[in-house]
Amino acid sequence: MATDPDNIENLVNRRYRHGFVTDIESDSLPPGLDEGVVRAISARKNEPEFMLEWRLRAYRHWRKLKEPTWAHVHYPAIDYDAISYFSAPKSDADRPKSLDEVDPKLLETYDKLGIPLHERARLAGVAVDAVFDSVSVATTFKAKLAEAGVIFCPFSEAVQKHPELVQKYLGSVVPQRDNFFATLNSAVFSDGSFVYIPKGVRCPMELSTYFRINAANTGQFERTLIIADEDSHVSYLEGCTAPMRDENQLHAAVVELVALKNARIKYSTVQNWYPGDENGVGGIYNFVTKRGDCRGANSKISWTQVETGSAITWKYPSCILRGDNSVGEFYSVAVANNYQQADTGTKMIHIGRNTSSTIVSKGISAGHAQNAYRGLVRVMPQAAGARNHTQCDSLLIGKDCGAHTFPYMEIKNPSARIEHEATTSKISADQLFYCRQRGIAEEDAVNMIVNGFCKEVFKELPMEFAVEAQNLLNVSLEGAVG
Amino acid sequence: MLEIKNLNASIGGSEILRGLSLCVRAGEVHAIMGPNGSGKSTLAQVVAGNDAYVVNSGSLLFDGQDLLALEPEERARRGIFLGFQYPVEIPGVNNAYLLKAAFNARRKHAGLSEIDAFEFLKLAKEKMAMLDMDPKFLNRGVNEGFSGGEKKRNEILQMAILEPRLAVLDETDSGLDIDALRAVANGVNALRGPDRAIILVTHYQRLLDYIEPDFVHVLSDGRIVRSGDKSLAPELEEKGYDWLREAANA
Repeated sequence: MATDPDNIENLVNRRYRHGFVTDIESDSLPPGLDEGVVRAISARKNEPEFMLEWRLRAYRHWRKLKEPTWAHVHYPAIDYDAISYFSAPKSDADRPKSLDEVDPKLLETYDKLGIPLHERARLAGVAVDAVFDSVSVATTFKAKLAEAGVIFCPFSEAVQKHPELVQKYLGSVVPQRDNFFATLNSAVFSDGSFVYIPKGVRCPMELSTYFRINAANTGQFERTLIIADEDSHVSYLEGCTAPMRDENQLHAAVVELVALKNARIKYSTVQNWYPGDENGVGGIYNFVTKRGDCRGANSKISWTQVETGSAITWKYPSCILRGDNSVGEFYSVAVANNYQQADTGTKMIHIGRNTSSTIVSKGISAGHAQNAYRGLVRVMPQAAGARNHTQCDSLLIGKDCGAHTFPYMEIKNPSARIEHEATTSKISADQLFYCRQRGIAEEDAVNMIVNGFCKEVFKELPMEFAVEAQNLLNVSLEGAVG
Repeated sequence: MLEIKNLNASIGGSEILRGLSLCVRAGEVHAIMGPNGSGKSTLAQVVAGNDAYVVNSGSLLFDGQDLLALEPEERARRGIFLGFQYPVEIPGVNNAYLLKAAFNARRKHAGLSEIDAFEFLKLAKEKMAMLDMDPKFLNRGVNEGFSGGEKKRNEILQMAILEPRLAVLDETDSGLDIDALRAVANGVNALRGPDRAIILVTHYQRLLDYIEPDFVHVLSDGRIVRSGDKSLAPELEEKGYDWLREAANA
């Protein structure tokens, strides 16, 4: 029984827990989570039976789990029954009609980031029916991808059109029971991206969520699945440097990457969710599970991330190096200012022979922020010839912030070569004075030093993204010195 | 151009400069000599505006303007350059990038348009040829992994590009081999001109064999105890500083 219209009707119209009836639009669900909600989400999306069963299994398991507490972050307890697990995108009637109605502070930030005028309206969620550039670009773009045989569509569309691929790969990298947040996501995920690159195809362009039309509001439980078949290449860009605001405080996304024989996946993220105000009020809690599986020999997965947003970031993009000679990379810049807390890093699991991994992590803390790197390098007994190089640098700005490093290593094969380098530095008064003596204002000097510190990671980003990321860092650290 | 009157300055609570006065006119080169701890570097840092040093009393005028009211970057944009004794390393920040930002900050202050990377590189390469420097220098991190001599040459390169009105070189000659010393001297001599002034802070007579000063001052216990023309330098080399100190205290 995948769909039972009466059942949904009842659910939608059921009495609100606190005893009064709320008038809810037909495509939103009241707060709280039970099996009915999971069924309703699945029904709303008209999902096939296997998908509903999958969600329900996840839900039943999630009920038995406890929220993890090992991360170096502190936040008030989340009331999972106070969250609404399905809300349709805002209707045009609720959106601002023009940029004049948008928070001027937000517009000021767009200005600093150099975001083109015609993009600002879209980012601020203004209802525009006049079609702007990106839609026509997206159309040409879709045609070009189809020609190459690449599938790039919203996850919900993939469930309808390519159920066999979804069924085969969904949960094959991040199992349903992986962790509390991944399990929750598995039960209630809203939408996300689906990518399939056929054998031997080099994706003709960078795939960007930016061009993913029809899925503007994927909501708080995003689900992404990318499959690169044998001998294929793909580069995927996620996120946006523009600040993203969201009514939902809790975000728990899952990203799964599968690289088959000789395939390469490059996944770049710029995350700039609302971090809360200067006093740490508000802000998004971002609990993300990202994992790539180098399933075939000679495959390669590369994660590059620039994390500047969110009140709390809990995120460890990882690689399972299953195929012989497979390669995993993780390049990260994590910035935490004011009262932001970041606990981020990676896991490199070496299983195949002659596998290698590189980790470059740059953490920047300012204000009262806490920034932790947490990384695991595990070499399994059969992984002969495994190599890892980890470089983990922290930069402190001011005296009230903290940087923490938690490297874990589990080496079970004697032929492994593992290197770990870590540094912690402060922007020194001498460095600032030197720059100022050359005529450079203090804030510009800080930006220059910070960008220099992150250079190794920025050079891994696609070109236009790298420039935006630099500007973003400058804006994120505004007022950090003074 | 630079007028220092009765300057008292301290760092970390201890008084270093005690009633120092000095007048430098456009077109002049002044050498400041003196024993260790006499306040030579403090003088250089105070002119540049390092806020680790506290000015207790006295005045500091540049073209008649009160320097003490200006931030270090504002002083720099008006044409004051400090060649550091110990140039700091700034890992990851490209040398050319810092220099271009510095160059454009000055142009902007002067009401000129900023120049682009292409024009800037052309200018930088000309200056480097003059100083006999490898152009690869530009692409390295600021002073990152530089030898002592390379750091000093880099200071002179910055000076050559920024063309300051007043250059204060703090022991730029120390620790240099003879080739580097010549390159540094070439850079300084090329900068000499009727609109500019140079203050050389140095321990040794050696640099003055290559750069001929108009005036030589001896600093002791935080003030100038003796001033003279270039002939004072060899005299100091021969007799040391003690006789001056005794004369001053007598």
